[in-house]
Order: sequence, then C-alpha cells, then structure tokens
Amino acid sequence: MEKFTQLRGVAAPLDMVNVDTDLIIPKQHLKTIERTGLGKYLLDELRYNEDGSEKEDFVLNQPAYRDAKILVAGDNFGCGSSREHAPWAIDDFGIRCVISTSFADIFFNNCFKNGILPIVVSPEDLEKLMDDAGRGSNAVLTVDLEAQEITGPDGGTISFDVDQFRKHCLINGLDDIGLTMEKENKITDFEAKRAQSQPWL
Amino acid sequence: MTQPRTLFQKIWDSHLVDTQDDGTCLIYIDRHLTHEVTSPQAFEGLRKTGRKVRAPEKTLAVPDHNVPTKDRHLPIEDDIAQLQLDTLEKNVREFGIPYYPMDDIRQGIVHIVGPEQGFTLPGMTIVCGDSHTATHGAFGSIAMGIGTSEVEHVLATQTLLQAVPKTMRITVNGKLQPGVESKDLVLAIIGQIGTAGGTGYVIEYAGEAIRDLSMEGRMTVCNMTIEGGARAGLIAPDEKTYDYIKGRPMAPKAGAYEQAVEYWKTLPSDEGAVYDTEVVVDATKIEPYVTWGTSPEEVGPVSGSVPDPADFAAQGKEAKIQRSLEYMGLTAGTKITDIPIDRAFVGSCTNGRIEDMRAAAAVAKGRKVADRVSAMIVPGSGLVKEQAEQEGLDKIFIEAGFEWREAGCSMCLAMNADRLETGEHCASTSNRNFEGRQGRGGRTHLMSPAMAVAAAIAGHIVDIRDLD
Ligand code: SF4
Repeated sequence: MEKFTQLRGVAAPLDMVNVDTDLIIPKQHLKTIERTGLGKYLLDELRYNEDGSEKEDFVLNQPAYRDAKILVAGDNFGCGSSREHAPWAIDDFGIRCVISTSFADIFFNNCFKNGILPIVVSPEDLEKLMDDAGRGSNAVLTVDLEAQEITGPDGGTISFDVDQFRKHCLINGLDDIGLTMEKENKITDFEAKRAQSQPWL
Repeated sequence: MTQPRTLFQKIWDSHLVDTQDDGTCLIYIDRHLTHEVTSPQAFEGLRKTGRKVRAPEKTLAVPDHNVPTKDRHLPIEDDIAQLQLDTLEKNVREFGIPYYPMDDIRQGIVHIVGPEQGFTLPGMTIVCGDSHTATHGAFGSIAMGIGTSEVEHVLATQTLLQAVPKTMRITVNGKLQPGVESKDLVLAIIGQIGTAGGTGYVIEYAGEAIRDLSMEGRMTVCNMTIEGGARAGLIAPDEKTYDYIKGRPMAPKAGAYEQAVEYWKTLPSDEGAVYDTEVVVDATKIEPYVTWGTSPEEVGPVSGSVPDPADFAAQGKEAKIQRSLEYMGLTAGTKITDIPIDRAFVGSCTNGRIEDMRAAAAVAKGRKVADRVSAMIVPGSGLVKEQAEQEGLDKIFIEAGFEWREAGCSMCLAMNADRLETGEHCASTSNRNFEGRQGRGGRTHLMSPAMAVAAAIAGHIVDIRDLD
C-alpha cells in the first residue's frame, strides 16, 4: 500500500449530504475484475450526461478541479454498499483524502485499506473547508497526517482525530494481512479450542 | 458474579483471537459468503502474494448480482458479466471453495442461500463482501458487510481486524396492526433514526413485535439495518430460530444439534446488560410505509403526502429533499396514494423468501396487473422458486400478469438486464431507493411485497388496508 504522510493539493467541494456508493460508482462499472481504471467513472451520473458528454458545471469537470487531490463533502459520505470500487474510483481519480462531518462505516474502513485518508471534522470546520474548497485553483489544502492537521489556503489550521493504529498503517504503508499473519499461532490455538467447545461448527 | 453482557458482547468475546494495545481486536470469522462482484480482486491479491485460503470450507460462493433471471439456457449477452461469473468459477476451483453454480437449484442471493442451507447459525461471526450481510443477524449472530480488502483478509487468515462497535437496542413494543409487515416496521425505524442513526453501532432488536416476527420477517428487519447506518443488526435466538435451522443441509446433525441448542440458549442478553443507546418504538402506531425520496430515510406512512422541503430546513436537509423530489418527479403535498406506478419488483435479499412470495400471491390471486404496469416476481433462490411452484404460486402470478423469473439480485441493483428506464416509478420490495439504483433515472418506492403487488394492480400506490 502507498504510504500517506503529507498531502498538498486542490480540494474540490461536493456540497451534498448522503453521497451514496451508487452515486460514487454506479453498478454498471462494478463488473470489472480489476482494481484500477475506475477513476473515469467516479461520480459518473453527476459528471456525465446520458450521451457520455461532460456536464460542464459539475465541480470535477471545471479546469481548476480536474486534478483535485482532496474532496470536501457533506454529511454521511459513502453510505450504502460495501463496494470497494468506491474508494478505488476515488483513488484512481487521484483523490487521496476525503473530508466530511461523518462517513458510513464500511466505506470509512475501505478507505484506509486503500491508502486514502477519510477525515471527520465538525460542522463548523466543514463549512470553513467547503468555503476554502470553493476558491478554484486557490483551493489548496495541506493535510499532514503525522501532525493531524489541515492547513487552509490562508494558513489557518484545523486539527483532526484519527485512530492510532490506522494512522500507523497509513504512514508506513502497512498491509493488514501481513500483520495478521504474524499472529498465525494465536489463530491456530483459537481454532483448536473452538473445535473442542463447539464441535458442530 | 460476572457483569451482565449483551448478546453482541457474548459473541464478540467468544471470537476474540487477540486485542492490540490500542484496543483493535482480531476476531475469528466462522463463516464467509462470497459472490462474483466483490471477490475477483481479493483472489487476485492472494495470487499475487502467493497466499492460500486458510479454511476453504468456511467460505461458500454463489453468483447472484449479475446472473440473468430469464433465458438461462442462452449465453449471457453481457460479456463483462460473463467474465465476472467465469472468474468466480475459476477462483473457487483454484482455491477449493464450495460453490453453487448458476444451474444449481441451491443458487440464489447469498443472504437467502446462507440461512436456507443452515450455513448461518446463532452465535457465529459471518461476513460477506456485501453490506446486506446484516440479514444473518436474525439468527443471533454478528453478521457484517466488508470490503474487498477485508474479503482477502478473511480468505487468507479467517479473521478480521475490528474496532469494538457501540451497541444500540431498539425495543419495539406492542403488536403490529393487520396489513403492517416487517418491511413497514424496518422502514419506520429508519425513518425514525435516519440513515446515519446507526453509524458506529451494532443494533440489537428486541420487544414483543420482534419476538412475534417469523424468521423471514426478522431477516427482513436485520437486512435493512445497514440502511440505518449500522453494520450489523441482531435478534436473540429462540425456539423459532432453532426450529428453522433443524434439518437444514449444513445445520448440525442429531446429537450435535441438541448440544448446539444448549449453547445457543446461553446467548440472549443478560438481564441488566447495558447498551450505549436505547431506542423505543411503538409497533401499534406503525402503518404501511413507503419511500417517496432517494434515501431510505425519506419515507412515510402510506396515508400521508409528499412533504415540503421547507419542513426539513431545521435539519439542514432542505436542499437534499428538494433534489430528491426533483429526481422523483414529485411535488410537495401530493398524496402518496396518488403516485403512479409503471413497474413493480418483488424480490431481493430483503423480500425474496418464500413467505414474501406467499404474501405477494395472496394479493395477486384473482386480480390483474394494470395495463400501464410491467411487473415481475424474482424468487431469492432456486429453492424458494421450487417451493413456490409446488404451492402453485407461480400460476397465480402468471395469471395475474406478473413475470415469474429465475433467482438472483435482478432489479434490486440492475446489474443484469432487469432495470428501470428514466422516469419510471417502481413499486419495489428491495432496500435502496438511491438515485439510479434500479436503472439510470429510475424512481424507486420501497414497500412491502403485499403493497408492491397491490400497487402493480392499481397502477398507483395504494394502502393495502383498503383492499377489499
Ligand atoms: S438483492 Fe440487492 S441488496 Fe441484496 S445482495 Fe443482491 S444487490 Fe445486494
């Protein structure tokens, strides 16, 4: 997994609540057997007309935001399905940090597994960041995971909380499976005990 | 004396393999279900790292999301869907995982197949790369949807890394009124707590109305837990649970079964166990419920009207509701029963079980689908289909003008050929009314099977209680 330490880039505002996983990546793009290549379908129905042409006024189609690295969005971002295609599409587009007041649990988890940092901020801070993100090519934010701080275009900072284990994994680009496999003995012991206590399993 | 514990805590504690210093838990996973859409990248990951599947017999694979629901003897027209199905088959063969292919009578939606086969049992941890895994919580198990990276983690280690969730108890007091189903109950609950109300929680459902539900009804309630934001919902096992399990192909056999029941009886929450949050719902006040918007929380009683976005200003949701109504082509003040219906869909992991088929047939019997409506019934598994046909339900549906299909997810998410056209209103028994969920531009109204059939017959939404 790619490490996440500091990220500096344009933040795009997506001022909508309950952005669900069907909106982030609709099902017609779930048929892939790959993880990559989904960036062009990110927020598909908001980004494109039915004939495939771009909707000019949609934020990610505006020149200033085409290379956005950060997304600032409304409450309950990522609700709905477990599809990891949602963070894959976000990552493939080039966005590595999503900021909102709240996230759906599975989506939140899925982000960390893909080197994306989801940040929860207060409604007041979100309002401010939404404002910052509205400044087109000047909407540059710096996200420092080590320091747990977001720095706005005017130099003001907002600090955020993050689970320490997840932070550790992101900063070092650690793979969960490798870490768990080091506990192989414990898993084997557990299995042996269960075979005794619940033999019907 | 030990501290009183909740059902959830008992299961969690008994699955703890390790706890890290920061509190992150490594929990053992008893059962894993998998399907064609969220697994290919996980198997690919194993292959790349040279890892094996730790316990292949603890996983069960079945294709459901992409499968066609008619003309199964013909090749699938969609090459990409075919590739995904072929990939699943190739992966399960390579890694030695039990598998029900499309032409197996046991094939169906993962969340219908697990309980039906006795793969799902009380006291277990069950996961699947699908958010509606919550369904299996109806048996008193911790059942969670996971992402593809976690699918790979479970395949490789039979465990998952998890933070301890908070617990919420939703107690539903009193009895449901005639014409009000488990689907109405869960829609009412989501209306009350909101789609983010359960975020960070595991919900235990309790109370008289929950105990009164059949296993099918309990599965419907747990299934939609995820629409309330919680990852898992569970219900304490009881005699109904044990009876449902007895004799199923993968359930414990005689001898072991009795031993298992003894253990299952120790699972219900202890008197005095504490929850982080308590919610109380009055079952007697619940009417048939219907969604009018594009989120499951945008829901109300069938006797009501489409609300005014301005009423949501205090919650900061005015713009969202405005957008929903525009998408749905509805105006504030329209009576719910005046909403026209073009399509009807009875099926999905929420309402694709035999009891749902019976409830739908009871309304369809001797009636006709309105001319303007095209309607289909999609059983949740091959075995549900077979049972329904033995009971003659298929004939009732076909005579009434419904299409009778093969098992799969179908128009619940419209990955196969079953989908809405732009602007069409659909009376649907599925679980999500998101924009585009059932087809780009399609307008979904979630409701119970009886209500969906009644709407198909009338050509508009109706109150099932008004049917003669
Ligand atoms: S029926 Fe619908 S909700 Fe259930 S598993 Fe299939 S697609 Fe998901």
